[in-house]
This record gives sequence, structure tokens and C-alpha cells, in this order.
Amino acid sequence: MISITRRYPFSASHRLHIPALSEEQNMELFGKCANPYGHGHNFAVEVTVRGELNPRTGRVIDLTAMDHLVDASLIQPMNRRDLNRDIPEFSGELVPTTENLISVMLARLQSVWPENFPQLQRVRIYETRKNTFEISNL
Amino acid sequence: MLITRRAEFSASHICAIPGLSPEENYAIYGDESSPNGHGHNYVLEVVLEGTPDPKTGMIIDLKDVKEILEKEVVQPFDHRHLNHEVSAFKETVPTPENIAIYIWNRLVPYFENSQARLALVRLRETDDLYVEYDGSVT
Repeated sequence: MISITRRYPFSASHRLHIPALSEEQNMELFGKCANPYGHGHNFAVEVTVRGELNPRTGRVIDLTAMDHLVDASLIQPMNRRDLNRDIPEFSGELVPTTENLISVMLARLQSVWPENFPQLQRVRIYETRKNTFEISNL
Repeated sequence: MLITRRAEFSASHICAIPGLSPEENYAIYGDESSPNGHGHNYVLEVVLEGTPDPKTGMIIDLKDVKEILEKEVVQPFDHRHLNHEVSAFKETVPTPENIAIYIWNRLVPYFENSQARLALVRLRETDDLYVEYDGSVT
């Protein structure tokens, strides 16, 4: 099996906060992530695909096409944005934790993933140097 | 148990299919097809699988692994132009996928009658791109 993993950095802000709860309850649940004006991270999302090598090109995937797809569906909409205010999936009750963000990103990718692309194997988000989130074995 | 040994080499390459026009190669490889070539600081991670010897506490003597990587990868590749100086890439396009497969094929005989099995090679071309190969077809 050959796989290729591409990393795409993006910077965004978010606030972890459930409106129905009191400020104290939010602080208890989310700690400093609930601070009232939000905060930001230099995130990076890693996309891994696996498939067969095209013997002519020596490539698993058309990387330029994958870059365009990821850029259009994830990076352009989210880079230098506020996840709570700018991303429709987080306009309701869904809290923009990075667990929820990775599910949103995966759903966006799957909805535009072309049939002729090799299989999406894993999505991973680096939130900080300390926190990484991933969904694998797709 | 898995153990990973890292090796580094700096090399130049061009990703282009002979006979195609620069525009056609750009459509496939993007900037990687830049006609006069360019270079990367490649990072190779070789993952070995085995059981620690009860007497030595080691899966394999890492000095031996280091020497194998030095002989099979670093010496032939480091500060070389892959297309011009590594005979395998005179015909085969030196994409990271093909480089990883080539390295796997060079390394695998050393671990066929060894305490450790070659489990995976991971080749990092830049901080934003790596490929993984485990020798299997799909």
C-alpha cells in the first residue's frame, strides 16, 4: 500500500461555549477555551490518501487537483476566519471544538471527493503542538 | 514492537515525463516539473518490526541499520541529482512515491533473514508532504 499525506496550514479563531449554560458552567466545561472573545490557533489539516501508483506519472493522486479541492472546500473558507461566526456548520448549536471541526472538514471533503480520486484514508488536525485530532481507517 | 530509524539526504530532482511538453508536465506535476530542477532536504523514516531479544533488550542492532541506510540511501542520494546520478531515475520519474518504493526495494533484502521485519518506509519531501510504503500492492 502506498499512501501520500499532504499538510495544509490555516489560522482561525474559535470559542468553546454553550449558550444555554451559565458562564460558570461554560468555564467549568471548557476552561480558558470559553473566554468571552475567543482565541486562535495556527491549525494544520493533514489529508492522507492511499491507492495504486500510476505507473506513467509515478503518482498516487493528482496532487494539484487535490490541493485545489482542499483549498476550495477547507482552507479558503476557514483560513483567517472565526469558526463560530464564519462557518455555517457552527452557526447553530454545534460547538467548534476541534473534534467537531474535524468531522465538519471530513464531511466537506467527502461531499466533493471525486469518484476517480484514490481512497481518503485519514484526516488529522493539529490544533497546537500538543493537541492532535484524527479520523482514520476511512 | 516497532522501531523507527531516521536518515536524511539532500538531493535535486525534476518530475517530468520525457517526451511531454513543459506545459503537459506542469499540468501533471506543477512546480515539481520546473525544467532546471530544484532540491529538497528529504527525511527517510524506516520502521522495523520485531521482538526485543531477551538478553540484549534490542530488536535489532541499530548500528547495523544505520550502516545499511548509509550505504543504500545516503551515499547514493545525498547531494546528488536524482535524475542524472541515480540510474533508476533515468527512466522512472523521481516522485516521492517512486523514491519511497525504490528505497523499500533496496532495503528489504537486508531484513528478510533478520530479527526485524521491514514494516514501512516513510519519505518526507517537505514539511507538508510525505509518502508511506509498506511493500504491499493495495
